[in-house]
Amino acid sequence: MKYIVGFFQFWYDFIVGDDWTIAAGVVIALALTALLARTNVAAWWLLPVAVALGLTASLWRVAWKK
Amino acid sequence: MSTSAIFLVLAAFLASAVEMVEALTIVLAVGVTRGWRSTLIGVGVATIALAAVVAALGPALVLIPIAWLRLVVGALLLIFGLQWLRKAIMRASGYKALHDEEATYREELEAAREAGTVVRAGMDWYSFTLSFKGVFLEGLEVAFIVLTFGSAFTEKGATQATSKGIILATVGAVAALVIVGGVGLAVHAPLSKVPENTMKFAVGVMLTTFGIFWGVEGARGAGRAKDVNVDWPGREGAILAILAFIILISFGLVALLKQQHARTVAATPAVRGAGD
Repeated sequence: MKYIVGFFQFWYDFIVGDDWTIAAGVVIALALTALLARTNVAAWWLLPVAVALGLTASLWRVAWKK
Repeated sequence: MSTSAIFLVLAAFLASAVEMVEALTIVLAVGVTRGWRSTLIGVGVATIALAAVVAALGPALVLIPIAWLRLVVGALLLIFGLQWLRKAIMRASGYKALHDEEATYREELEAAREAGTVVRAGMDWYSFTLSFKGVFLEGLEVAFIVLTFGSAFTEKGATQATSKGIILATVGAVAALVIVGGVGLAVHAPLSKVPENTMKFAVGVMLTTFGIFWGVEGARGAGRAKDVNVDWPGREGAILAILAFIILISFGLVALLKQQHARTVAATPAVRGAGD
């Protein structure tokens, strides 16, 4: 059991890292981009905006905590 | 060579160089204190294990339709790239300690000296395990970048990934291995002069840029494969615009966080003083 937990912990740390909200934000932003792309509205702008907002929010939380 | 091909080789080179500098520090510390035989066997076994990971996953990845592959790879690169970028911004603004290879080397030397010797079947297993872990875990990140970055790269209009991208990314990684390994062998000391933090910043920016580009291409193309490549204004040229945007945001955040950090530091003695 210890090894299974360790295995998943390793991959979680490796891919998701310190702030899970970034990973969740990326998945949500990509899903919204895919939805927007189906409506014939330009969808390219959504992901860069989401990245800028997500990164700012994540770092701001760090600065606020200290 | 196209813009994305140049970025692909450069990103693979920089990411690999950074990870190899870290692996080299561990290997040198263990080798210098406990002898080279078991240490180098550990390095060799880790290299073979990494090659097996790339050989097993590489051909499997190119079988996935490019739009879906780009969607998944875009998401992974973006999550991975943002992790690197976030840490790099925190380091540049004072919220996280700068990576110091000299300090890591000293710590590893001390730990290797203090550890007891367990020799079985002519092998010092402490040296083997430490060098294997160092090379394999640092290398896994490189393998991940080479595979994801490389597999999402295709020629214009292609609907299936090819091995060309993985080969290009591997060229970047091997170049880093030759340079870092060669210099490490020559100076026989941790490469503390390598601007590791700047390189990590650059890799974070590049992975985030490509993650955005391929993520959008994938999200658009996964539903309608014919439209792959038509969504970004300026098509491949958009990569440069995204790169400029990410650099701008990153430097802006560094400046903002530096100010915030300075305010926090300035306020700390005042609070202490008030309490005294």
